[in-house]
Amino acid sequence: MTGFVYPVFSEGFRDIFDFERDIIMNTDTIAAIATALSDSGIGIVRISGENAIAVGDAVFRTKKGEKKLSSVKSHTIHYGFIVDEQENIVDEVMAAVMLSPHTYTREDTVEINCHGGVLVMQKILETVLKNGARMAQPGEFTKRAFLNGRIDLSKAEAVMDLIHAQNEYALSSSINQLRGELSQQVKKLRAEILYEIAFIESALDDPEHISLEGYPGRLLEKVNSLCEEIEKLISTADNGKRIKEGIFTVIVGKPNAGKSSLMNLLTGEEKAIVTEIAGTTRDVLEEYISLHGIGFHVIDTAGIRDTQDTVEKIGVEKAKKYASDADLIVYMVDVSVELDESDREIISLIGEKNAVILLNKSDLKNIVTEEKLNALIAEVLPGHKRIPMIKTSTLEKTGIDLFENTVRDMFFQGDIQSNHQVVITNLRHKAALQEACESLYLVRKSILEGMPEDFYSIDLMSAYASLGTIIGEEVGEDLIEEIFSKFCMGK
Amino acid sequence: MGVNCAMSEVRKKTDVCVVGAGHAGCEAALACARLGLKTVIFTVSVDSIALMPCNPNIGGTSKGHLVRELDALGGEMGKNIDKTFIQSKMLNVSKGPAVHSLRAQADKAEYSRAMRMVLENQENLLIRQAEVCELLWEDEKIGEDVSSSFQKKITGVKTFTGTIYECKAVILCTGTYLRARCLCGEAITYTGPNGLQAANHLTDSLKKMGIVMRRFKTGTPARMDRRSIDFSKMEEQPGDERIVPFSFSTDPEAIQKEQVSCYLTYTNEKTHEIIRNNLDRSPIYAGIIEGTGPRYCPSIEDKVVKFAEKERHQVFIEPEGLSTNEMYVGGMSSSLPEDVQLAMYRTVPGLEHCEMVRNAYAIEYDCIDAKQLYPTLEFKDIKGLFSGGQFNGSSGYEEAACQGLVAGINASMEILGREPFIFDRSESYIGVLIDDLVTKDNREPYRMMTSRAEYRLLLRQDNADLRLREKGYQAGLVSKEQMDALLRKKELIEKEIERLKHTIVGANKEIQLFLEAHGSSPLKTAASLAELMCRPELSYGKLSEIDKERTGFSMELTGKPSLPAQVIEQVEIEIKYEGYIVRQKRQVEQYKKMEKKKIPEGLDYDQVPSLRLEARQKLKEFKPVSVGQASRISGVSPADISVLLVFLEHYNKA
Repeated sequence: MTGFVYPVFSEGFRDIFDFERDIIMNTDTIAAIATALSDSGIGIVRISGENAIAVGDAVFRTKKGEKKLSSVKSHTIHYGFIVDEQENIVDEVMAAVMLSPHTYTREDTVEINCHGGVLVMQKILETVLKNGARMAQPGEFTKRAFLNGRIDLSKAEAVMDLIHAQNEYALSSSINQLRGELSQQVKKLRAEILYEIAFIESALDDPEHISLEGYPGRLLEKVNSLCEEIEKLISTADNGKRIKEGIFTVIVGKPNAGKSSLMNLLTGEEKAIVTEIAGTTRDVLEEYISLHGIGFHVIDTAGIRDTQDTVEKIGVEKAKKYASDADLIVYMVDVSVELDESDREIISLIGEKNAVILLNKSDLKNIVTEEKLNALIAEVLPGHKRIPMIKTSTLEKTGIDLFENTVRDMFFQGDIQSNHQVVITNLRHKAALQEACESLYLVRKSILEGMPEDFYSIDLMSAYASLGTIIGEEVGEDLIEEIFSKFCMGK
Repeated sequence: MGVNCAMSEVRKKTDVCVVGAGHAGCEAALACARLGLKTVIFTVSVDSIALMPCNPNIGGTSKGHLVRELDALGGEMGKNIDKTFIQSKMLNVSKGPAVHSLRAQADKAEYSRAMRMVLENQENLLIRQAEVCELLWEDEKIGEDVSSSFQKKITGVKTFTGTIYECKAVILCTGTYLRARCLCGEAITYTGPNGLQAANHLTDSLKKMGIVMRRFKTGTPARMDRRSIDFSKMEEQPGDERIVPFSFSTDPEAIQKEQVSCYLTYTNEKTHEIIRNNLDRSPIYAGIIEGTGPRYCPSIEDKVVKFAEKERHQVFIEPEGLSTNEMYVGGMSSSLPEDVQLAMYRTVPGLEHCEMVRNAYAIEYDCIDAKQLYPTLEFKDIKGLFSGGQFNGSSGYEEAACQGLVAGINASMEILGREPFIFDRSESYIGVLIDDLVTKDNREPYRMMTSRAEYRLLLRQDNADLRLREKGYQAGLVSKEQMDALLRKKELIEKEIERLKHTIVGANKEIQLFLEAHGSSPLKTAASLAELMCRPELSYGKLSEIDKERTGFSMELTGKPSLPAQVIEQVEIEIKYEGYIVRQKRQVEQYKKMEKKKIPEGLDYDQVPSLRLEARQKLKEFKPVSVGQASRISGVSPADISVLLVFLEHYNKA
């Protein structure tokens, strides 16, 4: 075909209605990281469904590039590489091919065994998703296994519970991450898109009252700016993901307890600074560091004290929020100052969480003792397990090694774990942003090709729905509500 | 009982009783009678059959689609408006084919008279002027064993004058007549529309049967004397030059005629000021009205309050017929007191000296929440009781007529022992209408809108026959000849599309010159005619210059040099919008899979483990017929649906 090409849709394009139905009807190919996300050991990315082998072939290369997964025998394993779109090697892997029906889901399945490492597994999964698989919903492999008759009927109830439990977990962890700006931005973008759809639709329904003259040009500008904003979000999504990696550690304490000094020590030249995160807010400092091979995402918060100052208040609120999301809380106490109400509040923040207490400024006069502190903890958090306490002096750089060793031991003993669900949801968000952007590109294409206005709203609606999956909102009656509230309709 | 029915008893027997002879009742009764069932249609006044108490038009955006679908299925509305229209217009022609919508101004009196004649001459159908005040039913045993339960089953109706009609099914199409009251400022009358007698008894009988009633409200503007209007101050709105009929059986040539015009004028700041100053006298703002009104046709008071920033609102002056001077003031419905109304209307350019024939008013009436119905429009808890139209919480003549037809078909199917007809969202606006009514929480009178149809590119007004004729034929409302004509049309469309896709033109000089002449970029390699047709600047018509085989192909197939216009229209749309159409068809396939997963009747949701409480309650309340319908109920999440599917799998195997 030459010259003008009429709009056709990329095979990868899907709208939200497809999406929900596929989940329910098990019609498509799904993929997910099938092992726990950690920086050690082997990880598996599993692909299941009709096109599993084709998806595998799209991303897998053997050393000489001659072997295809579609031509190998079932239940065999193959050495090779996962490559991205530019054929760059992502990781060295073993790919297992298992054909239906002798698989867990009873569908064709490819399992990619890789070297683990959070970043690598994510990258592999992303590559797989770009090549025609959809991210599996929580519990979906098991659900398929059941619906395809793999699991005994007596287990039906367990499967149903699992679907619900996992969905709730995924939802809560997804929402957990969204208290911040992303959620605000997504809401704003959705509101803007909905307004445009409602305008088009009200004009279609009431052409004698509402005119679309000159509208395509205005919409084009709007779509361009929406695309720009979403593209920006996608590019920062990668940063965001890195932030979420590792053990989320929050340093809290009263002002001037030595928190920032600790941070400096931890990230000093003798330590490995993995990355510096740009654009962090003024009231918290973030660093990504590695201690004994364990990734830590460390946040130094504003000092917590009772304050009337508005700016400082915001900082303190943020500190509290971070503390509530933390995998590990480091509570710094200035031993030269009496315990007060603020300490009481900080201890209450620890709640059920893992914590380490640093008795800092041990080089000065020790007014606060371990006994005093334990007494306060017992009062505020009755029955809390013993919190390790370490004497430090950030000035004299003492006790820091002990602190590091303590944290390492806590990790290896399994006390602290990073929340791998967070990484998964992050990928979901990115995929949803990308889908929304693709839909907006289609709107742009339709406008430029002079399609009638009613075609715009189809893809605008898809973008709206994709963004909705990020904040867990469905489409429902939104459009009709918007039409009636924003536009004066007729008779 | 509280109803003073006469004591004498006359007993009559029939198959179906239709209560109400508005747009829903007429279609319901005609469908039943045409399917061979003895049918009686009741109306409080034979003079009000197919009355249009509000706007004087049929069709409009998305409503035009409904009328064409109704016609494809064998309904009467399309034919009746083709006989009685006085102006016709295709709306949205500058937009995509999916949103083109036909609207015609009706001669109201003629419309009503013509429909009455159709009813009067219909075999198996009797018209009866009487108020039905009570439904009769019995408890029918379900199942054979000891644990069997009982279900209510309709046995007949009783009129106010004491006659009992025993029947197998009743279709309620009571419109806005149940316990109706009309409001015009402080003046309240207890009548139906146009001062017609209200039906004040039936509600009690329905409540006694366990039906939950609700109250809705709607309104209509004033009618003016044509002689008092100065049309020179308004913009004339003529009809289309070429008239397109509603009905697929109407010959377009036969209806090209002289049309009358409508007129456009505007409200202004003065109008709004009068309204604002008198809001305290509006029954809505004074809190006298208890019913919920529709947001899509707000009263002028509502518009002024809600959209305070708008400096003016459009007002359409539309003739009510050829044999009357009454003019409808579209856009200015109101329930303000008459003195305020007159003052307000007289601020509008052209209406400075207007004389009111009928004042504007709001009307309140009893109706139901349609979630008590199956998609067949039969009550879930009462066998043999069906309902349609405004009684179901909808609004509009067209919405009513469609429901009437569906209720009529399904009541007949039940009596005849045949499979019910369920219309789904992927095949028609009728399906969207009914699914929305029975599945969603509707808090106001429901009006169709194109944005409600998710597969709108496929549900066009131009292809309603291709979508639904066959269904009408299966039901028995479409004749063999009509069906054959449709199959022939389908065949021609397919063959012509095939031909255009396989006719390849080379990048030769003739073609390049042709493209240049039409402002189209030159070809680099050969292309099919279908590919060329996809270019916005080219069309089927323009391509005739380079389409050498076209005439011969048509001669061979039809004996005429050109294919019928309706065939060409379909060919052009199918080719031009193929990308979008294919995509929606794929979505429909997925949708159908969900609709096909049926939920057994009487499924005990308490036995489904792991359903969330809210979902369990909603499912019990709505009793969806399919997993698809269940998935559209608000409060039922995708996870609940997964759980339900897993359970059904287990249930079906057990």
